[in-house]
Amino acid sequence: MFAPDIKFTRFVLFMNGLVPAALLAWDAYHHKLGANPIEFATRATGVLTLVFLFVTLAITPLRKLTGANWMVKLRRQVGLYAFFYGCLHLLTYVWFDKFFGAREIAEDVWARPFITVGMASFLVLVPLAATSTSGMIKRLGGKRWAKLHKLTYVAAVGGVIHFYLGVKADTTTPILFAVVLALLLGYRWVSSRMDATATKSATLGIQTPPR
Amino acid sequence: MLIKKPDDIKSSEITDRKLYLTRRNFMRGVALAATTTATALVYRQFGVPAPPPVKGEKIEGVQTAEQASSFPPPPGEARTSYEEITNYNNFYEFSTGKTEVAGAARGFVTRPWTVEVGGMVAKPRVFDLDDLLKIAPLEERVYRMRCVERWSMVIPWVGFPLAKLLAQVEPLGSAKYVAFQTLLDPKRMPNQRSDVLEWPYVEGLRLDEAMHPLTILASGLYGETLPPQNGAPLRLVVPWKYGYKGIKSIVKITLTDQQPKTTWNISAPREYGFYSNVNPKVHHPRWSQAKERRIGEFGLRDTLPFNGYAEEVAQLYAGMDLRVNY
Repeated sequence: MFAPDIKFTRFVLFMNGLVPAALLAWDAYHHKLGANPIEFATRATGVLTLVFLFVTLAITPLRKLTGANWMVKLRRQVGLYAFFYGCLHLLTYVWFDKFFGAREIAEDVWARPFITVGMASFLVLVPLAATSTSGMIKRLGGKRWAKLHKLTYVAAVGGVIHFYLGVKADTTTPILFAVVLALLLGYRWVSSRMDATATKSATLGIQTPPR
Repeated sequence: MLIKKPDDIKSSEITDRKLYLTRRNFMRGVALAATTTATALVYRQFGVPAPPPVKGEKIEGVQTAEQASSFPPPPGEARTSYEEITNYNNFYEFSTGKTEVAGAARGFVTRPWTVEVGGMVAKPRVFDLDDLLKIAPLEERVYRMRCVERWSMVIPWVGFPLAKLLAQVEPLGSAKYVAFQTLLDPKRMPNQRSDVLEWPYVEGLRLDEAMHPLTILASGLYGETLPPQNGAPLRLVVPWKYGYKGIKSIVKITLTDQQPKTTWNISAPREYGFYSNVNPKVHHPRWSQAKERRIGEFGLRDTLPFNGYAEEVAQLYAGMDLRVNY
């Protein structure tokens, strides 16, 4: 089985994750973000957050389908990139849209579901990023840690709803994201059902035909 | 299968350690360069396209805002650049991406073009566009434009008051509203094949709003004919209302006694009302309308009641609850 040098692969991943941020900064500096650069940066960082979240969610299915177990060693880094772009996304809003006006932000979060859902989804990511170190996994214990990190699903679903609520009429892209997310989460549901059936059959002494 | 034991391999066959490391580093360099390039290319697919060249034709004999010394004076605010005005457009008939409309609308043919003006009028008529543009002298009007999406521009339009056109067809006393319709032609307006909005795009004004001297039909901007992405060949401009009231590429104007249906109101009635007057106190359900980003500026400006034209138009709505009639 092919298993790449994980240290080097992580480095490649790290550099690739930086590419969108670097290009965004480059384009901003060279005035290549169109007439409304702030709107573009907000949208781009928001979409990137979802993309990286989706990649973390894709690792388990890919690993199981291909048997490439080493992939799981890359997940933390992808997840941290999701958090990184989420921070940038929040920053574009808090800074360029509200200019750090706490009252206005509170008003928005309170009165506008579009913002409420987005903010909640971001806040869900904070404990996940904070407990991403190996030390925290040990302190929490693998099982509890894994349970906590199921919150990724909540953040992803919330993020897609936030995206959907933010567009005016053309919902094509948010719906595409919703479909991909449904596949990623659907895979987990189906595979857990199949595992449950297999366990049940085994305890009842029924032989299941090999899949 | 032949498996060589270590001592079967001649020392001459063993790759030199230095060479091995060089090769490995080379392969790693390739892997790094290839993946980052691929990522960059994928990212670029979703970027802002370079503005396509736009060339309007110079319109002769336009009275500039300064020359005309006419009502209203240009706002003492910098005009938004031509490039920004022509590359950041909401024109869903071509694309829902504001930076993509210019490219999608290139080559849109606007001649021959007729505008049918009818309904509750004494003299209904189908105008050829070139005749219509001779009804009144074309003048420059520098207006603020406030989009419902919280951005704004200052645009030097070229046009003439809608009232001058309506006078030609002589509205009947029973007429209370004016309805407008955009061209319906999915071959020329490709995004009309999607169902993102109901086509054709329709808009409407109360008759007194339509007759107001600030309300114009525009055929140009910056002294040149309108590029397709800005609503060529003829569009409505109502500066105290949100941008989407300014219906583009008009083919039909109908006077009626019923409040006309309007496209965005059909699409999301809770978010877009018939009046759609710019109002910093009546918020869009999903965002505040208190402030706006002027294109080209970093900070935000306070949004003004009626987009800064309250002195001219507020009396049209005397006694009306603008929270209900949003």
